[in-house]
Amino acid sequence: MSGKTQRLLAYLGLALALAFLILAPLAFRRYGLYVLSEWAVMTIAAIGLNLTLGYAGQISLAQGAFVGIGAYSAAILTTHGWPLIAAIVVAVALCFVIGWALGYPALRVQHHYLAFVTLAFSTLAFLIFRNEAWLTGGTEGIDGVPRPTILGLSMAPHLRYYYFCLLVLALASLATLGLVRSPWGRAFVALRENPIRALSLGVDTRRYILAAFAIGSALGGLSGALYAPLVGLVEPPAFNLTLSFTLLMMVIVGGSGYFLGPFLGALIAVLLPEWLRFLESYYLILYALLVMALLIYSPTGLIGILDRLLVNRRTRAASAARAAMSASIEGPAR
Amino acid sequence: MANFVALVIAGLATGALYALVAIGFTLLWQTSQTINFAQGEFVMLPAFFMLAAMKAGLPFWAAIIVGFVLSMAILGFAFKRLLVDPMLQHGVLPLAIATMALSTFLKESVKTFYSAEASPFPSLAPDVDLNVFGVPISWQNIAILIVALMTVLALQYLLDNTFVGRQMQAAAQNPTVARILGVPVERMILYTFLINAALVALASLLISPIYLAKFTNGETLGLAAFAAAIVGGFNQIRGAVVGGLLLGVVDNLSAAYVSTQYRSAIPMFLLIVIILFRPNGLLGRPEERTI
Repeated sequence: MSGKTQRLLAYLGLALALAFLILAPLAFRRYGLYVLSEWAVMTIAAIGLNLTLGYAGQISLAQGAFVGIGAYSAAILTTHGWPLIAAIVVAVALCFVIGWALGYPALRVQHHYLAFVTLAFSTLAFLIFRNEAWLTGGTEGIDGVPRPTILGLSMAPHLRYYYFCLLVLALASLATLGLVRSPWGRAFVALRENPIRALSLGVDTRRYILAAFAIGSALGGLSGALYAPLVGLVEPPAFNLTLSFTLLMMVIVGGSGYFLGPFLGALIAVLLPEWLRFLESYYLILYALLVMALLIYSPTGLIGILDRLLVNRRTRAASAARAAMSASIEGPAR
Repeated sequence: MANFVALVIAGLATGALYALVAIGFTLLWQTSQTINFAQGEFVMLPAFFMLAAMKAGLPFWAAIIVGFVLSMAILGFAFKRLLVDPMLQHGVLPLAIATMALSTFLKESVKTFYSAEASPFPSLAPDVDLNVFGVPISWQNIAILIVALMTVLALQYLLDNTFVGRQMQAAAQNPTVARILGVPVERMILYTFLINAALVALASLLISPIYLAKFTNGETLGLAAFAAAIVGGFNQIRGAVVGGLLLGVVDNLSAAYVSTQYRSAIPMFLLIVIILFRPNGLLGRPEERTI
């Protein structure tokens, strides 16, 4: 398979996926729409984490907390009469600033230590959500987060809100793709592969580490701000450590450091449990088993499996071509 | 004052349990770079092995033996062979995620196949208080402290003074050179997994009478053990012990004197401060090897 046909296949796959995402929901019921919207919203958070972890190589177990901060910001502001768009701007800005601050520990410690600092941050954020009732409504949370009205169009119907989430996801993906392909993206990868070498080549590693955290967290905040009106109710247990773990799992299971990784990972983390629901009380057991089996089979995630298949095909095609060639060379001599 | 002393002693007992779990956690990290996010569930599970054995009609002492054997076979041997070995060469993260999935798997399995309710668990020590100068101390806490202390001393002796222990240390510090010198590194790694399984089974035996055996028991315990390991120093047994005890006492005192709502915030706060100002922990040395 040549590079050209492969690119063609990739575009075809993308077009099919887009067509599905746009057309299929027309036939979905309320619950299917909800699950698909959740997928879109969580993918945004996973894209952010993929930027921090997959590209820049900084482990974060705090992405769930940023989704929470975004969701609470949106819930508090919209229930006080702000329009959602303004609330989104505030949520993203707030998470950007907090994410920037959380980046400072990453300047001092790395790897598992960083994982635990961010884990501690998640726990503290959860406690604030739960205990500061004057702001967050405490254990009861904030109920009745309204769906927005955008350009005079009410987003209250589930289908419309789904399209809104899908649009934001598309914008966020394009922005991230632009970032990843820019010199910034290359600086992030340099940071991941060899920070000392990156520094010696004149990359301001300090600034890029902070930026990687800030941008990743801002996307978490965006995801949270969309989540609040989707569910309508914002309460603390939704944003505990489990969410951070789930988001991390999305990135790793999808394929960390690949642009498409989070999309696939979120598919596994959001949709697979729903498909397994017919197993009733066994579904989480089987789900956990599947995730372990997948990681054992391919530690680089789903993208790793695709990669392996493609490489296998390419090597097989190449060896077939070589065999044909040598046959044609040897042929006439005989 | 009596109240304060009682709180400290209860805190030390909890801390000793954290320490046992944290030691196992650091052992796995040192020999195989496994960050075991299922460590808390590893402590939750052996109690259910023992309960199941007693349900099958075995006396308590035999059930304890069954619990230890099953724990070492499943949480030690099978865990290493089936999950850790295939993923070891692919870096820390995929394995860490797999252990997160494992923790869900263990929790849900116990909930589905055993019980979603808390089950009472027999205690080794009598459920009465000992009165020392007007300070009530429960026998259970005394038993926990004694057992944990003896275990730590025995483990320290094993690692420092026996041939196998020295080999294990060599395998942890520099596997390549250890292998050249004829240390069976693979087997040493397996030993640390078995020791970890025995430690969590012991912790399970000690903690379940107090908190009752429940499938969610691992959640807080796992976090506390991580925090203890980091606060004390990731690469030393002594560190895990100090970290565990400190965390237990701080936890108990802050629940009593600061705020119950923010009780679990204090260890986390401690964790952040320690990592930022003494990244190697209170007693830790700079890490001697990189991955």
